[in-house]
Amino acid sequence: MSDINWKEVLLKPIFKGNPITVLVLGICSSLAVTVQLKGACVMALSVTIVTGLSSFVCSLLRNTIPNRIRIIVQLVVVSLMVILVDQVLKAYAYPISKTLSVYVGLIITNCIVMGRIEAYALGNKPIPSLLDGLANGVGYGLILVVLAFFRELLGSGTLFGFRIIPESFYAAGYMDNGLIILPPMALILLGIIIWIQRGIQKDLREE
Amino acid sequence: MNTNGNTYTVIYSTILVVLVAAILAFAALSLQDKQNENVKLETVSKLLGAASQADGNFTIEEGADVLGLYADHITDAFYVDGNGNRVGEMNMGKEDKNAIEVTTTSDLKKQNDIMKKIEAGDASLKPSLRMPVYVFDINGAKITVIPCYGAGLWGPIWGYIALNADGKTITGAVFDHKGETPGLGSKIADAPFCNEFKGKTLDLSSAQSFAVAKPGSLDNPEHGVDAISGATITSRALGLSIDMWARNYSAYLIAAAAENENAQAAADELTETNENVEE
Repeated sequence: MSDINWKEVLLKPIFKGNPITVLVLGICSSLAVTVQLKGACVMALSVTIVTGLSSFVCSLLRNTIPNRIRIIVQLVVVSLMVILVDQVLKAYAYPISKTLSVYVGLIITNCIVMGRIEAYALGNKPIPSLLDGLANGVGYGLILVVLAFFRELLGSGTLFGFRIIPESFYAAGYMDNGLIILPPMALILLGIIIWIQRGIQKDLREE
Repeated sequence: MNTNGNTYTVIYSTILVVLVAAILAFAALSLQDKQNENVKLETVSKLLGAASQADGNFTIEEGADVLGLYADHITDAFYVDGNGNRVGEMNMGKEDKNAIEVTTTSDLKKQNDIMKKIEAGDASLKPSLRMPVYVFDINGAKITVIPCYGAGLWGPIWGYIALNADGKTITGAVFDHKGETPGLGSKIADAPFCNEFKGKTLDLSSAQSFAVAKPGSLDNPEHGVDAISGATITSRALGLSIDMWARNYSAYLIAAAAENENAQAAADELTETNENVEE
């Protein structure tokens, strides 16, 4: 296991190889669940757990999985994790599971999860796979939280439901930006984040 | 071992699927109580939410003890059949608020199925209905809350309608849905749409008691609200479900309204006599 660069496994997905901004995966849910910071945090946590655990399990099974039904086996493992997360949320965080509604179930179709299993877990040992999955989930979650921060602050004037922009601003004529609540604005925000990252990271630019 | 053989593949997938199913079944069973508790809590807060709209000063704050508030304000909770007869009681939680009984959406679905058969012409099923009625005392006003349930565009939609003592004037409404289109059909759950219902009346004597329809297309705007643009099917489904449920409740509602009126008249007379005595 000495040939594994642990630092890269853990840190690359956070910034240099971020699943959303560099690989542009998981866009759908990042537009849908970032209206409020609380929902975004729970979604980030759920995806992190799901990618981590399913990478781990698939990596454990990697030598036994028949190649022809590889994708189906991965799908079964991923959906197992997603349904478990969904059930736990319904039992212990009911209001949040209602706001996230279908998007928890849709983690199954989140390309990041399957992408990491195909690209990493099937060729590596369980522990690095677990870390790779977790790190990718964190990278995804980071962008979600950044997006949700701006969308909740500018769209509702609150963070985690607490009022940040004082009432006196509203009295003076300030208005929440209704547009930023809608998914198209989230896409524009995401575009700005990708633009900034490409500005910093020269190797991402095409000639 | 040959992991690409047919036998291996079939056995492998069978074992995997059975194993996964077992894990999921175990998880679902062990978390079920907790989940049911959450569903009950939500229903209770919806009922209370619908009833509380009768009084603008009565607001339920986030994190409030919903079960406690419900137990404080409910005065009667029971089942009626399609002929308006009382056929069962519900625990109101006066002694122990954790014992509160409410109907869940799956109970409502069963009643909805029976109602559909009645609609199809089988009136003999009327006595077999068991529809919940919740009577609240909201700062002195007697508010009756009845549910409605129906099929929306993607899944079930349901709601709770609070009625005045006259049994037909709507004082508040709360709706919810399983998975209507976000931004369109899902708006039925939003406060601005629910507020439209306040002050409207159910037309209990006619063939259509209520409707949610395109602005301007209503014959009688008293008995309906405007549909949500872009959500035609959800809006129409909501209108139809309110209409159907209200018509099935009508026997009870009309009887209860008459009773309330008599009680009110008697009370007025009593005060009058008392006043006369004092003089």
